[in-house]
Amino acid sequence: MESPLLQYLFRLGDDSLILGHRLSEWCSRAPMLEEDLALANMALDHIGRAKMLLEYAASFEAMGHSADDLAFGRDERHYYNLLITEVPNGDFAVTMVRMFIFSAFDVLRLEELSTSHDEMLAGIAQKGVKESRYHRRHAADWIWRLGKGTDESRRRVQRALHTIWPFTDEMFDMDDTERVLIEEGIGCDLHTLREIWKKDVSEVISNAGLTLPEDGYMHRGGRNGVHTEALGHIISEMNYGYELMLS
Amino acid sequence: MDNQLNIWEVFTQSKPGQPYRHAGSVHASDRQMALQNARDSYTRRGETSGLWVVRAEDIAATTIEDNPSFFDPNDDKIYRLPSFYTMPEGAKNI
Amino acid sequence: MAVLTEAQTEFFEAKIARDEKIEPRDPMPDGYRAHLIRQISQHAHSEVIGMQPEGNWVTRASSLRAKLILLAKIQDECGHGLYLYSAAETLGISRDEMLAQLHAGKAKYSSIFNYPTLTWADIGAIGWLVDGAAIVNQVSLQRTSYGPYSRAMVRICKEESFHQRQGYEIMAQMMAGTRKQRAMAQDAMNRWWAPALMMFGPPDNDSPRSHDAFNWKIKRESNDTLRQRFIDKTVQQAEVIGLTIPDPDLKFNEATKHYEIGPLNWKEFYDVIKGNGPCNRQRMEHHMQVHEDGAWVREAAQKAALNGQKPA
Repeated sequence: MESPLLQYLFRLGDDSLILGHRLSEWCSRAPMLEEDLALANMALDHIGRAKMLLEYAASFEAMGHSADDLAFGRDERHYYNLLITEVPNGDFAVTMVRMFIFSAFDVLRLEELSTSHDEMLAGIAQKGVKESRYHRRHAADWIWRLGKGTDESRRRVQRALHTIWPFTDEMFDMDDTERVLIEEGIGCDLHTLREIWKKDVSEVISNAGLTLPEDGYMHRGGRNGVHTEALGHIISEMNYGYELMLS
Repeated sequence: MDNQLNIWEVFTQSKPGQPYRHAGSVHASDRQMALQNARDSYTRRGETSGLWVVRAEDIAATTIEDNPSFFDPNDDKIYRLPSFYTMPEGAKNI
Repeated sequence: MAVLTEAQTEFFEAKIARDEKIEPRDPMPDGYRAHLIRQISQHAHSEVIGMQPEGNWVTRASSLRAKLILLAKIQDECGHGLYLYSAAETLGISRDEMLAQLHAGKAKYSSIFNYPTLTWADIGAIGWLVDGAAIVNQVSLQRTSYGPYSRAMVRICKEESFHQRQGYEIMAQMMAGTRKQRAMAQDAMNRWWAPALMMFGPPDNDSPRSHDAFNWKIKRESNDTLRQRFIDKTVQQAEVIGLTIPDPDLKFNEATKHYEIGPLNWKEFYDVIKGNGPCNRQRMEHHMQVHEDGAWVREAAQKAALNGQKPA
């Protein structure tokens, strides 16, 4: 069994690894050149953060694995990202709604982790929070534009909210792993963040003239390695080049 | 006709205290998008402490037809330069 | 376009003669403007279409480091396309119009991007050979006579300095790897070498329109001069990591101190330009699809801007 900190680093690292992967899929596919640059920058932030977190994990993981081994050498049941990060990109509206909703959460989580008693983790969070504040702002602006744009964009962004909303509950789940780390002053207490997040999200959505979906069935399981069908496709693609260089 | 949004000229400052210099242009529909697009297009390697964006159509510029009457009249007013003046021998800090 | 007055012509020619940059509001002959629009937009389209063959491998890169580097490199290419479209726009053509010309098949892009990236080693070969060839050309173009184009080239050359190293590093790593990896690297070399050499364009004695381009100082060095510069430095780099140049006629001329190559297949070059390459249709369809898919987003942004500013 992995130590709580190692498990925690996998969770944080996999959130960024998988979201970074999804963002990188936009490469050469954005609505404008300028937005292609923006999506690549957000992808680079997350893949870079995954690299730091997994390098840290590798530094005390008992098996002597490298960050790449950890990033690309696991099977489906041993990735621990939130399911929201693996939802397929869909159209630009789905991508921006996911980016906003996740980044609004990530900013709060990273602000907390910036004062973690684990100095390494705190350092990574201090760097990450600047990135995620920018991501949140960029995506929130787009939600406003899509909400205030044309009938089609309003329809698409409202539909995207319904696509993403069932993945939001899981972001605030905590188990014994996280409780142990909260007691040690290392991990982040997500319960206290939920109301702040909800307020932020509600404001942006309603300013854009959109409606917050009602809570219905909520997907969960990523933290235990139980994923949507999308993850298997991501890792069979993502791990190909790594396996090639081993052969 | 499809649209690629409006053209905005981008000015970057490399360090605090330095003047803003023209870097190029981006397309955007509003000021926030223009600033963010300028950030992603022209500051990818850091080296930036400030950004300005302005709609390209709001810039007025001289043409070569303007140049003779705009700039030549100042060429002979050399009394605006400190080197024009003769200072007494031995005077300091002036 | 108005015909230039005698004074305007004199102004333009004197600036060119003094090696001064021509600026957007300066008078310039129609032919100069048209030549630049054609060349700069083709250059911009090449950067943007060039994102596709490399983008094909972003999600499959061999390590976290390789993924970051590759994505940053392709992102640069996107940015360079943007700088170049911006430079062309100063000549009075819009980005919309340039994209419409591309989609209508009236504007070209570099033929090299009509070849497929089949293996991870192709990412090495593209960075090393394709970017390597592009850089030789772009360094020369920093001295081009049109100010905005020249300034875009200066920025691009500065940013691209890591691109070729990224590719060469992948090739070196594979050549130091297993037998399978070495074979993969050599195979990529075999497929990309000749197309990379043809990126410089047809031989000097067969190059249309170059006369004006030299007189106007848009083009500063000939296709063959640039191609030779690239060959001379690349052969040595191949030797260092143990790659064989796929040209049985390649030899070093002791008298000229230059490498000499065997004949290139210019028929294939012209065929691919005409649209008969392995990926021509795929590249254009991808670009047009993305353009269509993004139309509703651009339209929404424009409409939203009319509704005022987003609250801070």
